Amino acid sequence: MTPGSLRVLNSEDVWDAKTELQGKFKRDPLVPITRTSYIPERDADKTPILECIDLGITFGGLKAVDNFNMTIGRTEIAGLIGPNGAGKTTIFNLLTKVYQPTHGTILLDGKDIAGMSTAHVNRAGIARTFQNIRLFHNQTVLDNVLIGLHNEMDYGMGGAILRLPGYWRAEKIARARAMEYLSLFHLEDHAEEPAGSLPYGAQRRLEIARALATNPSLLLLDEPAAGMNPSETAELMENIARIRDTFHIAVLLIEHDMSLVMNICEGIVVLNFGRIIAKGSPDDIRTDPKVIEAYLGRKGGKSL
Amino acid sequence: MKFLAYLVSGISLGSIYAIIALGYTMVYGIAKMLNFAHGDVIMVGGYVSYLAAANLGLPALPSVLIAMVVCTILGITIEALAYRPLRAAPSLAVLITAIGVSYLLQNLALLIWGANPKAYTPVVSGTLQLFDGQLSISYVSILTVACCVVIMVALTLFTGKTRMGKAMRACSEDKGAAQLMGINVNRTISLTFAIGSALAAIAGALLCSFSPALMPTTGSMPGIKAFTAAVFGGIGSIPGAFLGGILLGVIEALARAYISTQLSNSIVFAVLIIILLVRPAGLLGKHTQEKV
Repeated sequence: MTPGSLRVLNSEDVWDAKTELQGKFKRDPLVPITRTSYIPERDADKTPILECIDLGITFGGLKAVDNFNMTIGRTEIAGLIGPNGAGKTTIFNLLTKVYQPTHGTILLDGKDIAGMSTAHVNRAGIARTFQNIRLFHNQTVLDNVLIGLHNEMDYGMGGAILRLPGYWRAEKIARARAMEYLSLFHLEDHAEEPAGSLPYGAQRRLEIARALATNPSLLLLDEPAAGMNPSETAELMENIARIRDTFHIAVLLIEHDMSLVMNICEGIVVLNFGRIIAKGSPDDIRTDPKVIEAYLGRKGGKSL
Repeated sequence: MKFLAYLVSGISLGSIYAIIALGYTMVYGIAKMLNFAHGDVIMVGGYVSYLAAANLGLPALPSVLIAMVVCTILGITIEALAYRPLRAAPSLAVLITAIGVSYLLQNLALLIWGANPKAYTPVVSGTLQLFDGQLSISYVSILTVACCVVIMVALTLFTGKTRMGKAMRACSEDKGAAQLMGINVNRTISLTFAIGSALAAIAGALLCSFSPALMPTTGSMPGIKAFTAAVFGGIGSIPGAFLGGILLGVIEALARAYISTQLSNSIVFAVLIIILLVRPAGLLGKHTQEKV
């Protein structure tokens, strides 16, 4: 095969590529559940980890998100995509109660999270990372993860001041767990360095480690591959799949890198101007005319 | 020998400033606000321990403990009623509220306890004679310095090694991210106020043991000086507050002894201005570089 020439795939090749990917990232077919939602077959008999029903928020007359319905299975890797300004991060802020929804319901593991504070939602099981990294830059790498383990440690004020045995035990267990999270992301050698001094890719990995330390059942990743080169992105994909397989949790990611989204996501929701324009498996999304229009513009428009 | 005596009195005065400055610096570091009512919490601590000793006849230690409990409750109440509703407000609004709370406390004290100075009984009495009586150090001085060192070490360990301390550091850097890590920011700020106010009660008892006249305005000047000490050492930094407090006390004592009693305060603030011109972030403060 000469460089630059296109190889014509025969049907067997396509089949091979697909089974290889499915083997790597365990993709089950989507099956319909309540309303218009689909989740992977293996999660179908359990309560979905997240259900958004008619979710919406208005900023001074502007409907930033409207009529947002989405369901995520307990071990699903789901994707939220859309052009810039479509409202993707707004959805994350609604799910974590940074914003209060104007209408609609969010069910986490079947329970309504209305009335919960941001910290409370985290304890209930949603953890997230940020589009622009928000680590505690002046704290050490280890302390960042230990802050994530805040609610895992159970000693009180008295124990902390008097250094009772409970304090030492809880701190020791937390430290060991924090080191485990760090070693999952190959950060254990940098434990005592300030988080701000890590290289960019490592900071992104640390943010995921810190979020995982809060013991979530749903992990929200806001553009995890932003600013990464292709080999870092490939490693990230493996990491996301590994997180799901190790911790048996669901992942919802916002991402602009289509190769990442199409390779590892099972269900994808496409957002434009705050509304869902398409939902389905990567194959459905790839060929959906509305999605192509949102990204590339309408066919047959006037050319300049 | 005279110099040594001045130095000792400077260090013990500075230790009181340091204890107060620790309260300022912790609240500033975590809530990012200047709690100008802190000096008046000291005054309340002084009155409560005075009343517990004079009216109930309690010994020094239990009366200071009662003052600590009362001040802790007072600090948490002030935070919850006056500052929490303004969490999202511009910092100027919070600053003005803090000044308002300061005057409120002073005038409430005036209303309840009157303007007449009360004669405070020092928590410990007696002096230690050294070098054949050439150098005498009061036990109050020794106790003050010891308290200050213990508090400094305890706070450093607390913020460095405990989950509440880590939560405080997380809130101090990024409250939004801390909340998303499951940390209750309001409770963390309350805890900071509780610790600062308990320290203020200790500082109140020690301060009144030094200069036994207790009035509603007792806390305001030491409060301002301790704030100066906190800025001097680098506001937000615990060792900075300690260092700033001690240095400020020594400068004040030496200026009073060798230059002029009347000018001592002016000299203290002049030194502050010079230090801040040279090191705008204070002695141990972090110099933040603006990214372009």
